[in-house]
Amino acid sequence: MLRATLTKRFPAGPESAGFTLSVELEAAPGVTVLYGPSGSGKTLTLDTIAGFISADSGRILLNDRILYDSGAQVHLPPRDRNCGYVFQNYSLFPHMTVRANLAFAAHRLARLERHRRIAELLDRFRIADLAGRYPHELSGGQKQRASIARALIADPGVLLLDEPANGLDATLRDDLHSLILEIRQSVTIPIMLVTHNPEECFVLADQVLIYDGGTILHRAAPAELLRNPASAAVARLLGGFNIYEAEAIALDPGRQTSRLRMLDTEIDGPNLRGCFRGDRVTLCARPEELRIATRPGANRVRADLVRVTERPQSIRADFGKDLIVDTPRPEWPALREAGERDGWWVELPASSLRQIARSSSTSE
Amino acid sequence: MHVDWFPLWLSLEVATAATLISLALGLWLAWLLANRDFPGKNFVDAITTLPLALPPTVLGYYLLVVIGRSSWIGRAWEAVTGTSLVFTWRAAVIASTLHAIPLLIKSSRAALESVDVACERAGRSLGASEWRLFWRVSLPLARRPIAAAAVLAFARSLGDFGATLMIAGDIPGRTQTAAIAIFDAVESGNTLAARVLVIVISILTAAVVLLANGLEKRRVSR
Repeated sequence: MLRATLTKRFPAGPESAGFTLSVELEAAPGVTVLYGPSGSGKTLTLDTIAGFISADSGRILLNDRILYDSGAQVHLPPRDRNCGYVFQNYSLFPHMTVRANLAFAAHRLARLERHRRIAELLDRFRIADLAGRYPHELSGGQKQRASIARALIADPGVLLLDEPANGLDATLRDDLHSLILEIRQSVTIPIMLVTHNPEECFVLADQVLIYDGGTILHRAAPAELLRNPASAAVARLLGGFNIYEAEAIALDPGRQTSRLRMLDTEIDGPNLRGCFRGDRVTLCARPEELRIATRPGANRVRADLVRVTERPQSIRADFGKDLIVDTPRPEWPALREAGERDGWWVELPASSLRQIARSSSTSE
Repeated sequence: MHVDWFPLWLSLEVATAATLISLALGLWLAWLLANRDFPGKNFVDAITTLPLALPPTVLGYYLLVVIGRSSWIGRAWEAVTGTSLVFTWRAAVIASTLHAIPLLIKSSRAALESVDVACERAGRSLGASEWRLFWRVSLPLARRPIAAAAVLAFARSLGDFGATLMIAGDIPGRTQTAAIAIFDAVESGNTLAARVLVIVISILTAAVVLLANGLEKRRVSR
């Protein structure tokens, strides 16, 4: 278990705006994904945990060992923190073979144990036959595996991965994902992974921390995040959500429904919590939850097709005004024909609309 | 004809010793300047550059003040070894070291600073002490430019004249280095001896510069 409370302030310089990192986080064994736009403090968080950068104040606990405590003046150097760190560009030592890279990391083990452990990891990460090679003789994926093996060899208390999928093509990214899930099965340490790829949140994470502007906006399990992104800011950061501003014109808590005015029309909505008639609310819906229709009806709004994008599993139709709809491929040709003939409507089922916080408040 | 080869051998010995001392001391200072923030860092940086800018005779004068027979270093040396420090080959080594070390510090510092930060961080997070990190990671990664700088430092030590003359003197067969011997030979009209030494020194230096350039180039193409 890793617990950290950190603040780190970078004063504004002549060419840079100031930046303040202020986060509080907990990472249990399993994968914690730090997700957010570039410059939101994700890597800085990892670097502070590893001890490369010292925080201004706070506390870092790894399995009840204090790595850093500004109050007690504890500041362990990186070498005593026992954090496995996988760098963005792998950072294998270019002048050492793969085996020497691993041996460098295992130098605190007794000789026999060291050899056993190196052999074990070379094997486990399927790089045994590359042991004698130098990093520049390896492919991206092989470097990646060697680098993770090196980070794990000394049994770290936490594994930190800084954008490990950066620069890998789709196949290698999939390999990497299965590798990380494999590691998750075999070691019971927190794995913290920085990414700005939303897919990795859903594929890998047990817990997602959404970063923005140096703070954690939201933390949630990935499934929960898809179901309810909590706030408009989180939904925007994750992408793929249609976000609506609406006015509650009628509320019926008894039947768990409401009536909303949005998109210049009135539609049925879900039950709205903590909301009075006349209040403005923010709602979101995922593209695959909306439906394309070709005639008017309940909860349908008239729309003009702006753009169609082919996606691996579906057709994405963009009707502007935050009306983005994903349709299964087989249904598309018929829909398209009817739509071009009769006009387009988008149906927003009441169950697809979820109320989210308008501001970027944190939900704990 | 008779050419006295002693100055040449002495020069080579002095330059070798000076280069070795420069390497040890210079690498340490370069590492300190590249990796650590400490009060007076700018001062240390300036002081280590000064020998490059000062006229060699001025440098020699300061050396006389610091290690001369009446200075406490000079007296301590005499008390321990029974001989004086100035006007011996050891003084020539000190002068040459001072002459050579600024370049070495500057180049080594730049080389150490150009080592990939992520590699050094990786080393630290893998449990390496700073000492181990330096010898196993930073130095091997910066070895080419440092070797090139050491080779140039050797060339500079070989050529020191002013400072050496000031504190080691011009004692034939004892402290007369090649550079000083050439001056002497020209002064006394022994053109032949001067020419031979000049040619040998030129060839040596050219070889050394070629070697340094080669080291630099291979680093770039890697």
